[in-house]
Amino acid sequence: MSLVAAAARIDEQPPVRANPRPSTRRRSFLRVLMLIGILAFVLYPLLWMVGSSLKSPTEVVSNLSVIPQEVTWANYPDGWNYIEGISFGTFFVNSTMIALATVVANAVSCLVAAYAFARLRFRMRQVWFAVMIGTLLLPSHVLIVPQYVMFKYFGWIDTPLPLIVPKLLATEAFFVFLMVQFMRGIPRELDDAAKIDGCSPYGVFRHVILPLSRPALVTTAIFSFIWTWNDFFTQLVYLPSPTSYTVPIGLRLFIDSSGQTSLGPMFAMSVLSLLPVFLFFLAFQRMLVQGINTSGLKG
Amino acid sequence: VALSTATRPTGSAPRAGKRAGQSRAKQRLRRQEGLAGYVFLSPWLLGLMAITAFPMLFSLYLSFTNYDILSTWDQVEWVGLDNYRRMFTRDPSYWHAVQVTLTYALIAVPLKLAAALGVALLLNRERRGVGLFRSLFYLPSLLGGSVALALVWRAMFGGEGAFNDFLSLFGVDNAPAWVNDPEWALETIMVLAIWQFGAPMVIFLAGLKQIPTELYEAAAVDGANQVRQFWNVTLPMLSPVIFFNLVLETINGFQGFTSAFVISNGTGGPVDATLLYTLHIYNQGFGEFRMGYASALSWVFLIAIALITVAFFSTGRFWVHYSDGDD
Repeated sequence: MSLVAAAARIDEQPPVRANPRPSTRRRSFLRVLMLIGILAFVLYPLLWMVGSSLKSPTEVVSNLSVIPQEVTWANYPDGWNYIEGISFGTFFVNSTMIALATVVANAVSCLVAAYAFARLRFRMRQVWFAVMIGTLLLPSHVLIVPQYVMFKYFGWIDTPLPLIVPKLLATEAFFVFLMVQFMRGIPRELDDAAKIDGCSPYGVFRHVILPLSRPALVTTAIFSFIWTWNDFFTQLVYLPSPTSYTVPIGLRLFIDSSGQTSLGPMFAMSVLSLLPVFLFFLAFQRMLVQGINTSGLKG
Repeated sequence: VALSTATRPTGSAPRAGKRAGQSRAKQRLRRQEGLAGYVFLSPWLLGLMAITAFPMLFSLYLSFTNYDILSTWDQVEWVGLDNYRRMFTRDPSYWHAVQVTLTYALIAVPLKLAAALGVALLLNRERRGVGLFRSLFYLPSLLGGSVALALVWRAMFGGEGAFNDFLSLFGVDNAPAWVNDPEWALETIMVLAIWQFGAPMVIFLAGLKQIPTELYEAAAVDGANQVRQFWNVTLPMLSPVIFFNLVLETINGFQGFTSAFVISNGTGGPVDATLLYTLHIYNQGFGEFRMGYASALSWVFLIAIALITVAFFSTGRFWVHYSDGDD
């Protein structure tokens, strides 16, 4: 069953209760009113950010209105060239490269590991599986110091390697788990049929599991991209010089100067930084919502 | 079967031979599968050893030394339990960090889950527009962990921010400078965490859909009103999902970093008010270069998280109801 199909099915389910009482309509109206009220509170910070990115320096901060009195686009070029010598273009290129490399690394390594866990019988499988689940709960902050010392010894600081190489080794246990769960839903009869046709475990992977795992791969790719794009902690640690900065680290430079004039450019760059995530959201919202259902993934 | 082979010894010989051949082939296949298992597992295993296990042991060693990133290896001294002693006796910020982190997790996580459940209950009754509402409520969970949103919060809850502008509409003129006020800075960060209630809400919503309608009908026949139906049907049936969300959000709560870092400009201030434990680890390790001490902090953090997880799972059986199990 594909994730999209599952998502569609949830939407098609009939309402929990068909309440025939006449007060139902009024209640429903009140509920929708409440939902819209909550939605306004939820969306306000985002709309305010977009609105503020178009406001002139004189009206930015203290103004709670979402719509600018007078639309100014100047904040965007100002923000783009805010840091002397380096434009935000460099940060966007760096972020994109790291995010794309992470997407590929996660998809390949986690798929391969998940196939072993979901389909193959080998010694100590249960033990390794339990260890894998254990690493799900391991906070990255606990490992950052020794990993930093190790990567510094390799000479990898200020390169994207500390951010990408671990992903090549399936260290994102969330995605391994997600794919194991997904593969368990693929009928085993398909494996057996392939085996009868003479397929080795490698053949089964190549001809059965790989093509059927596409939905799980897409979910992994989307979440990998969004998480890496938003990641701040590891990029802050491993990328110390401005030429290797990513977008979140570049945005941080706006904190140091909290004068009125830099707030507009700050909002402008904030909006740009969220744009790729927002576009992913628009394109794949069904999958994203379903993705957290199957595995409890965080956004 | 045993009897029939015993009575027909002539027929059993070729069959046994065939069986032996089959089992040899089977054995070969199994060996092949066992080998393939480790081939497919090898990247993960290498990652486990090199990226997780070795650094963990290395950090345990570092936690007993005075290592800083600047000194060479022969300058590293074994200091025994000194780092741990320092944590509990000589580092006033440590207890601040513990207190701030616990406050953050104990208040923000339940409120976030309550918001998630409340909105999920409202949405669950709706027929139309559920998909749209669900997606829009989920949006902050995707964006909220970013630096951009932390910057927005910083500006919105500043002394002259939009929030105080809003309060002044109601005549409140002496409002605090939220993010710059030691009394309120942490609360501001909690609001940012609660604002991202969409992810657990989606999980609650899926859980609510799984509750059989018959249970509500039976409860209604027995005269239970909506409040009693909520307590006696919805909550018990939803308890596995509540448990799942609680464990997940608590562990995530302990790992908050970006918002506190950005809003306090890396200091954990004002006056350590937003000094989350992760921020303390970062500042000690990468600000003060006390890598040994930061490793000790990390190990205590790891043990605390492990204990909390164990506590959750051991209390879970008292209140989590699995409908297909015995309890």
